[in-house]
Amino acid sequence: MFELLKKVLAPIGPSGLEGPVAEVIREEIKDYVDTIEVDALGNLIATKLGKAENPRKVMLSAHMDHIGYIVTGVEKEGFLRVTNVGGIGMNNSYNRHVVFAGGVNGVVVAQPVAGQPALKDLFVDIGAADREDALKMVSLGDVCVYAGECFRLGEHRVAAPAMDDRCACALLVKLLQTVGDTQDTIIAVFSVQEEVGCRGAKVASFAKEPDIGIALDVTGWGDTPGVTQPEIKLGEGIGVKVMDRASISNPELREALMAAGEKAGVKTQREVLPYGGTDAGAMQTSRAGIPVCTLSVPCRYVHSACEVIDMRDMDAGLKLLQAYFA
Amino acid sequence: MDLKTLTEINAPSGHEQPIRRALLAELKEKGFQPTIDRMGNIIVVKEGVGPVPRKRVLVSAHMDEVGLIVTGHTEDGFLKVTQAGGIDTRVLISKRVLVGDDNIPGVIGAVAIHLQSAADRARVMGYREICVDIGAKSKGEAEGKAPKGTYISFDTPYVEYGEGFACGKAFDDRVGCWTILRLLEEELPCDLVAAFVSEEEVGCRGASGAAFAQEPDIGIVLEGTTCNDLGDIPEIAQVCKCGSGVAVSFMDNASIGNRELFRKAIAIGEKEGIAHQVKSSVSGGNDGGVIQRAREGIPTLVLSVPCRYIHSPSTVIKLSDAESQFELTRALLRAL
Repeated sequence: MFELLKKVLAPIGPSGLEGPVAEVIREEIKDYVDTIEVDALGNLIATKLGKAENPRKVMLSAHMDHIGYIVTGVEKEGFLRVTNVGGIGMNNSYNRHVVFAGGVNGVVVAQPVAGQPALKDLFVDIGAADREDALKMVSLGDVCVYAGECFRLGEHRVAAPAMDDRCACALLVKLLQTVGDTQDTIIAVFSVQEEVGCRGAKVASFAKEPDIGIALDVTGWGDTPGVTQPEIKLGEGIGVKVMDRASISNPELREALMAAGEKAGVKTQREVLPYGGTDAGAMQTSRAGIPVCTLSVPCRYVHSACEVIDMRDMDAGLKLLQAYFA
Repeated sequence: MDLKTLTEINAPSGHEQPIRRALLAELKEKGFQPTIDRMGNIIVVKEGVGPVPRKRVLVSAHMDEVGLIVTGHTEDGFLKVTQAGGIDTRVLISKRVLVGDDNIPGVIGAVAIHLQSAADRARVMGYREICVDIGAKSKGEAEGKAPKGTYISFDTPYVEYGEGFACGKAFDDRVGCWTILRLLEEELPCDLVAAFVSEEEVGCRGASGAAFAQEPDIGIVLEGTTCNDLGDIPEIAQVCKCGSGVAVSFMDNASIGNRELFRKAIAIGEKEGIAHQVKSSVSGGNDGGVIQRAREGIPTLVLSVPCRYIHSPSTVIKLSDAESQFELTRALLRAL
């Protein structure tokens, strides 16, 4: 799983520009599914047909996009002005190494101001001599993301930018590779533009009309100094969502997933998240309504350059889903 | 129909009837068969001349403009109001308005400078304090002339001034409506679904229904957008510039422009020498957001005319930017 995770983490794919991620995933899954398509917004949708006579359609959604900084202007001295694509925190914007899809490196910096700097006070230094030089390297509307290889942290843990939500993409890829024949039809959606409002999952669930929707995403953590909410611990199993700001999980589906975890002999954690939302929110209100739940990989320091997960929780998620479809 | 006629029609969000009536008459006179859907959008489908299968392209502009709506009446005959669409109350004070379909003259009241305290002058008045004076003597008279729910529009004639500038109201988005009327005169390879939509300023409600019903392959939104190209604003923060051509958006708060369409529009602008600029701010949102997310998803792009002092009684555009919007959209439609 770690090798697969590394592959899926590698491409740069901020919201709206997820193409390179889709290419990597397509290669990994193409031998294991019946159809693969890319829709108008760029969602990669793979279908694995069920063996039942009238199979249920279960949509699993993991988003490919991650947060970044979009170029809105270039100062005459060659510094880029940027704003956020998705939830960028100022704390994570001080002197960070960032990288553009074309390979241009940058450092995001907050200029000194009276009081607390805001997004408008950020600039990206790409080593350009002046505006003209900068515009040879990047264009308005280009997006940079936190740079950094993924690395191991202790025995079980891995840190990387874009862990939200590539870890769940890897989990979904692994499920498709290992699940074998299923009674249900699995519609695996590697979705776009989740970080800017779950836009990809909204149109994919309209198109695919699933009977059930399960989002695969990361969640917060409550096991480091000064942080107690949500009550989620790394290494204590896959999160089964009860509620967040975007959706309330269908109780029957939620308990079916909990039961699948028990059957598989893996640890699960009930998750109540007092902030945030996932693709489940978009799926739930699609068409006439769809029962949804989210399986969450506990993730420390979400939306930073070092998002940390525990591979044991990934394993728990995989085994839970294998048991659910068995 | 010219831009002067289009902008001088009063039609705030939810009360698009006057502009709808005018556009319908114009479209019918030109031999089109416009239809009106349940959201009050006007739809005209013009088949392309290219080989089948042809792309079905929704080109949309909103008919509504920002305005005020009557919420109550004071004992002494003034109208209490709130906004339909986003307006900075600072631009309202002492402006002339037209109330209701009978265009009753009115003025937005203000306390005379002589009577303001220092604290008053440092404060921005909200709708709780703002009144519209229509010369009524009593609550009864005010209620009779302008019952609750009556719409109020800015009383702003269209004027051209300077070198190619125009000042008026409702350029956002009658300029887009004007461009669509001109596009309908053209022979295009794609099937053009022209949509004059309602209620953009209160949440892109009309376009949502239109995109769902029309099922286009591509959506192009023609807008008027903010520009902030005034003397003391650093160039970097000017969003776009009046006179520098049609503004092409890569992203705003409602949608991320389809990157292929974005690049194509820029490339066509370069190749054909059509004045264009990249809109350098992601603030605001428009119909692109709801069109993008209709049904199975629709690739969208927003092309805007820069508007100084947007959402105010006196907005300024450069007419050459409207021309660029028309030319770039036409060239893009030919190249899809």
